[in-house]
Amino acid sequence: MATFKEFRNKVKPNWCPGCGDFTVLASMQRAFANLGKEPEEVAIVSGIGCSGRIAGYVNSYGFHGVHGRSLPIAQGLKLANRDLTVVASGGDGDGFAIGMGHTVHAIRRNVDITYIVMDNQIYGLTKGQTSPRSEMGFKTKSTPNGSIEAAISPMEMALTVGAGFVAQTVSSDLKGMTAIIEAGIKHKGFSLINVYSPCVTYNKINTYDWFKQNLTSLDEIEGYDPSNRGQAMQTLMEHSGLVTGIIYQNTERPSYEELIKGYKEEPLVKQDINLTEEQFDRLISEFA
Amino acid sequence: MINQLSWKVGGQQGEGIDSAGETLATVLNRQGYFLFGYRHFSSRIKGGHSNTKIRISTAPTSSISDDLDILVAFDQETIDLNAYELIDGGVILADAKFNPTVPEGIKAHLIAVPLTKIAEEVGMAQMKNMVAVGASVALLGISVESFREVLTDRFAKKGQQVIDKNMDAITRGIEFVKTEISNLSIQDFTLAPSDGKKRLYMIGNDAIAFGAVAGGARLMAAYPITPSSEIMEYLIRRLPEFGGTVVQTEDEIAAITMTIGANYGGVRTLTASAGPGLSLMTEAIGLAGMTEQPCVIIDTQRGGPSTGLPTKQEQSDILAMLYSTHGEIPKIVIAPSSVEECFYDTIEAFNLAEEYQCPVIIVTDLALSLGKQTVEPLDYSKIEIRRGKLVTDEEELPELENSELFPRYGFSEDGISRRVLPGKKHGLHHVTGVEHNETGRPFEGAVNRKKMMDKRLSKLNNLSFPNPIHADTRHEDADILIVGVNSTYGTIQEAMSRLEADGLKVNHAHVRQLMPFPTNLLKEQMEKAKKVIVVENNATGQLTSLIKMNVGMAEKLVHVGKYDGNPFLPMEIYKECKELLVHGNV
Repeated sequence: MATFKEFRNKVKPNWCPGCGDFTVLASMQRAFANLGKEPEEVAIVSGIGCSGRIAGYVNSYGFHGVHGRSLPIAQGLKLANRDLTVVASGGDGDGFAIGMGHTVHAIRRNVDITYIVMDNQIYGLTKGQTSPRSEMGFKTKSTPNGSIEAAISPMEMALTVGAGFVAQTVSSDLKGMTAIIEAGIKHKGFSLINVYSPCVTYNKINTYDWFKQNLTSLDEIEGYDPSNRGQAMQTLMEHSGLVTGIIYQNTERPSYEELIKGYKEEPLVKQDINLTEEQFDRLISEFA
Repeated sequence: MINQLSWKVGGQQGEGIDSAGETLATVLNRQGYFLFGYRHFSSRIKGGHSNTKIRISTAPTSSISDDLDILVAFDQETIDLNAYELIDGGVILADAKFNPTVPEGIKAHLIAVPLTKIAEEVGMAQMKNMVAVGASVALLGISVESFREVLTDRFAKKGQQVIDKNMDAITRGIEFVKTEISNLSIQDFTLAPSDGKKRLYMIGNDAIAFGAVAGGARLMAAYPITPSSEIMEYLIRRLPEFGGTVVQTEDEIAAITMTIGANYGGVRTLTASAGPGLSLMTEAIGLAGMTEQPCVIIDTQRGGPSTGLPTKQEQSDILAMLYSTHGEIPKIVIAPSSVEECFYDTIEAFNLAEEYQCPVIIVTDLALSLGKQTVEPLDYSKIEIRRGKLVTDEEELPELENSELFPRYGFSEDGISRRVLPGKKHGLHHVTGVEHNETGRPFEGAVNRKKMMDKRLSKLNNLSFPNPIHADTRHEDADILIVGVNSTYGTIQEAMSRLEADGLKVNHAHVRQLMPFPTNLLKEQMEKAKKVIVVENNATGQLTSLIKMNVGMAEKLVHVGKYDGNPFLPMEIYKECKELLVHGNV
């Protein structure tokens, strides 16, 4: 069984010192080890942006694709080889701007992958423009007079489109994040984990301190029941989405793989692709 | 008795036009006649003129005909729009219900058949299409009993009564027309006997989809679009028995990226679309090229630009398929010219994609994708699966030292590296669309950059694809070489025969491999002709430009374009060639 150190490689991340993404990286590595995974059993598919580089920082299989498309790549990979632990990851621009369509449909489809969004409410790699997660009035290089577009509420959005696993965490909490990533991977079906991962260089508002003052842990809410979708939605609205923990989990909903007709336990990639002559003749008879 | 004729049925979309054509054609195919069909339809479900034209012959045929012998009309519009195609002495079988009339100047026999009335008597007004089939059969002289098997196959689930009613409708149609024509002096349309051999009857999309299964594809990700949807519809029916599936994605970007992800995972996966979808896929095609992922993409060309003519014939994606991604990648683009080739080329596309680790685009056009044709039985023994430098499941890889990676992009003589699939022990490597080193780690160094570009682009230097061009070289000193691509093959062949009959020396080259361009092969052909006429369904001469760019000889090239949404007719190509010669250009 691999230790979390075996999920590390020698590549030095090109993130700024203090970047929230370091905690996400460490949590992922711990979660894989805690779940008893071997490096070759894990594949990380990422998008473009600072956070997108994470696929290259884990000692596992990694695919760093194009901007906004980590989810369809990850779903294709999972359907090809259901034995793999597939984690898609990227930033809030990747998941909630250019790739929002895929996010909504990946939730609907419910392929058994985990999606970790490193949400810093800004575009970092392009040096500080507004993101779909930036609050109204947020001043950036692309919104010098303050953003005049409403911020997306990803957790509420996920609940609305029928997500089976919705969780949120913050980069100051390595332990909590590790537990949530483990739970997300274990969940049968699509799991969405939004991580408040501060950008220390371009976002001077949503800082570690700011999150410390504004986040509420769901553990502190008495009687909170993550299987209650209505309560989840109400709690999110009451706290403007600023909560951490497993917000909602539906353990009943079957994954996409479980619903595909004829889809076998044995990964598709392991199956013989040669047609027998009998199969060929049967298929061809349709055209006679 | 005659050896070939053309039959067309038309009416408002939703009136059972396809079903009438399909029923008659299936019967004729099973009797051993050669068929070639074209569907004229609109981008709507109900209403709008639609028709199906089928050429029936006792000999192989691979083109629609210039004219028409029998027109079945469910409304006056069908007569008004199509009667000009009829030969003198042709027959119009029209529903008596709308009091059909023949436009002035058309020398055809009109037989008003109470199609709707008979169908109502049989018990279902919508069976008027079967009465119409019967009416046609009366002229063609084939037996009513031959329909029983086909109708049984089709309606077995609906019960014997439905089969009997359909048979009754056909029988009554035959009887009515037989009585009518006994009083008329019309030409004999009785079909000469066929060779009775068993052949297939399929559209190009059927052949692509079946070819995908035979070629080992087990996943498809696609978004519905005309004229490609039949491919996904076939595969969603068939893949489950092979453990696979089709994912209908949210858009074409998801379709192509899911395809790339699944191929990265090691499963042969395809996507299919038409121009608008391919436009959305272009960035990701670059990703596949850069990360050296095999993937097969089908582009069923239709009328562009934008939404263009979604249900009409065009060949205007050629340059986009070759050049539309940013940056420079290795890419293979192949263009089948018959339904049969759609099958074998699709299998080969999956092999090439894995052998050369790059995207392979199969370009068809609407007439090929949707035109139903007789196909000689496909050959199981020709199916071959080659996976290139894929590390097999059985092979054990040497242990990697701490955080060392497998050289997935290792340099090699042919530019092709060993490919290992996720899940493999000691196979860890990185994949990125960023320029990278041999293990896939991002690396922008200038020396590495050039070496990697050269590696990727050199992969196709030794590409071997069967018959990059079809050359019908009848003369060493031809007056004309006609060049075409995709569905125009048979049409050009037919025009060529007529030109030859006039004493002209004509050669034909049909391009099957568009990228890498078969420059030398085509050059050889062009050198043998005084003039090169490039026949293509587009306005700007995309294939012509490609030839000019790759082969040169611009002074010899003449572009003959058609972009009104309809396929070329043999006569049109014949006329263009004749005119060119008469006006002294040769």
